[in-house]
Amino acid sequence: MMEPVQELLKNKVRSVSELENLRQSILRQRDPSRTCISVCAGTGCRASGAEAVVDAFTDETERREIQLSVELKETGCHGFCERGPIVVIRPKRVFYQQVKPEDVPEIISETVLKGNIIERLLYVDPVTNEKIVYEPDVPFYKRQTRTIFGANGEIDPRDIEDYIAVGGYSALSKALFQMSPDKIIEEVKRSGLRGRGGAGFPTGRKWQSCRDAEGDIKYVICNGDEGDPGAYQDRSLLEGNPHSVLEGMIIGAYAIGSHQGYIYVRNEYPLAVRHARIAIEQAMDYGLLGEDILGSGFDFTVMINKGGGAFVCGESSALMASLEGEIGEPRAKYTHMTEKGLWDRPSLLNNVKTWANVPLIIKKGADWYSQIGTAGSKGTMIFSLVGKVNNTGLVEVPMGITLRRLIYDIGGGIRGGKKFKAVQTGGPSGGCIPEQYLDIPVDFDELNKLGSMMGSGGMIVMDEDTCMVDIAKYFVNFLKEESCGKCVPCREGLTRMSEVLSNITQGKGKKEDLALLEDLGGILRGGALCALGTTAANPVLSTLHYFRDEYTAHIDGKRCPAGVCRELIQYSIDLEKCEGCLRCLRACPTGAISGEKRKPHTLNQGACIKCGACYDVCKFNAVIRQ
Amino acid sequence: MELVLDFAKVKAVIESYTEKVDSLIDSYTDKKEQLISLLQDIQAEFNYLPRDVLVRVSQKLGIPLSQVFSVATFFRAFSLKPRGRHLVTVCLGTACHVRGGERLADKVERDYGIKPGETTEDTKFTLETVNCLGCCALGPVVVVDGKYESQMNSDKLDHVLQHCK
Repeated sequence: MMEPVQELLKNKVRSVSELENLRQSILRQRDPSRTCISVCAGTGCRASGAEAVVDAFTDETERREIQLSVELKETGCHGFCERGPIVVIRPKRVFYQQVKPEDVPEIISETVLKGNIIERLLYVDPVTNEKIVYEPDVPFYKRQTRTIFGANGEIDPRDIEDYIAVGGYSALSKALFQMSPDKIIEEVKRSGLRGRGGAGFPTGRKWQSCRDAEGDIKYVICNGDEGDPGAYQDRSLLEGNPHSVLEGMIIGAYAIGSHQGYIYVRNEYPLAVRHARIAIEQAMDYGLLGEDILGSGFDFTVMINKGGGAFVCGESSALMASLEGEIGEPRAKYTHMTEKGLWDRPSLLNNVKTWANVPLIIKKGADWYSQIGTAGSKGTMIFSLVGKVNNTGLVEVPMGITLRRLIYDIGGGIRGGKKFKAVQTGGPSGGCIPEQYLDIPVDFDELNKLGSMMGSGGMIVMDEDTCMVDIAKYFVNFLKEESCGKCVPCREGLTRMSEVLSNITQGKGKKEDLALLEDLGGILRGGALCALGTTAANPVLSTLHYFRDEYTAHIDGKRCPAGVCRELIQYSIDLEKCEGCLRCLRACPTGAISGEKRKPHTLNQGACIKCGACYDVCKFNAVIRQ
Repeated sequence: MELVLDFAKVKAVIESYTEKVDSLIDSYTDKKEQLISLLQDIQAEFNYLPRDVLVRVSQKLGIPLSQVFSVATFFRAFSLKPRGRHLVTVCLGTACHVRGGERLADKVERDYGIKPGETTEDTKFTLETVNCLGCCALGPVVVVDGKYESQMNSDKLDHVLQHCK
């Protein structure tokens, strides 16, 4: 079946027309009306058991000898991780969620062979309670604009032909043969694309300064050291559509005149590393990477480097130090990395998502691209909508969407009917945004105005059970651990902030602590060496600004309104509600709970270590946390 | 107790060990800058970074031992101590944090008497924490021997750990 394509590849693809011929020949072999079972095999769905589902489909299609008429595709992350493992049956795009291996024989016999729908596997809209049959009708997807992320669900990331079939590498051929490097940079500038890694620096300007920088050897780097906890869109793109990132990098390399590229990926993302590696090998085999790309005379190769698990390496100068085999310490950027970066040579570093935007801009043009978004922030942004929201996962929306639409229309509102408290954006460099700003349009500038930032697009929703002082402490402790220790404001400032916040959460806070925190925050902002330090106080300053009453409740009232801070809470058992099921009694690690079956249990405060195990296991809401 | 050593046997073990290490290091001769990758490969082989091997890396590649050690101690992913048969990694990313990830780490600490980075005396479990595994929609997440366990609670964690041999 694969022979004609293989035949074409005897020699690599050496021209635009050969690429188009290859594409046509791939498309000819594919029957769009053929049944295709696509199973999401991203890290999220794998965690929910997708591999066993894939195996079950393989076995069942072989057992029924239908493997030739039914295609089975393992795709990258679809984004709706909450509902995984996800199975979509094309061409009709029947959408099944939380599929188990046991469901597979029925899916084959009923849906694939007879076209019947299996009700119990359908997604139920939590707002309307309506069962939804087809993928495009699921509200989570329906309200998104999936320009970058959309192909994830359609292609097998380990098969370059899938990417070519959906138009892949046509932007590269356009760039190489119809555009000059200057024209490419001009197009990226006009598109208004800003760096998706966090700070939002205009991408075209960065490219221009690297092109203008003196030097024969220049480097192109893809920053996949996605360290912001709560964000995983880079992982999903590298895992699910690595060729889109590669294509962007090759175009960028051609534009600035670079012949060597690096992809720096987190060590914690083994699947992304594997898929990126396969993509590089395949692109080399097809002549889309390596020497004389598409017969243009342009050479470019890409290497993969795995990170070592240091958050600071997401910072460009630390990342480059780490690429050089040194420890990841940032340096002061008196000279831009675009002039003196990796091995002191001009280096162009962009985030995974930024690179993935490039083929789209080249293919469809800056005019098309800049129609999406707001005046200052163009295009779409992929957010990871997580935390206490009903539909969690990755969502791609135009810049400028309101937080309310994101959280309520796409995210389906807050879990368990709880009350919204805040949304945290921008990771450890960002801040917490309270309810009164739910209607602001989300873009780089608006988030900055609120004391937060875009960051890499993490969006962690918090409800009334989240303690804002605890969150501030969480981020400060995170950054204290991750600070490289090179500059004093960051190393000492964060340590002091952590001490102060710990005291507050333990009921030992003093009135003057709040001023001290603000003071320390100002010093960090003004005095730290790199962006990790200068933005490190944002989570504290923003919570102090919007949720000061929670801080004062901890300090003056010695209580934690959200019931989180261990030293300030107490567990007890509601004798009316307790059914005497013994679950909490068995779960308690210190034997603080006593009682008999079917009789209300009691909790001995003296022995309680406030671990919350009883609260977690109780099915009758009989454990009270105050 | 008298210690009787079969010197031939010991020598053979040391030699096979050295051979493996040397071939690994040799594959990096031209790419000294990829020290982090080399250390990752060594750790994959030995489960931690043995001191002797780091010395060997320094000698063979001509990288100062201080630099090898600074890299080995800077990055979280490396361990200078042998780890247990089962690696339990609790994610403490923000999304897992707001859904109770800390309580799971506390539970392992309590039940097995090990803090993050430590190994039980019987070398069965090593507990580690990680900043984010990128499974934020499914938190809290715990990874046991490379297998991701989503939406964990203390009951499920007990069940998983009790199944480790």
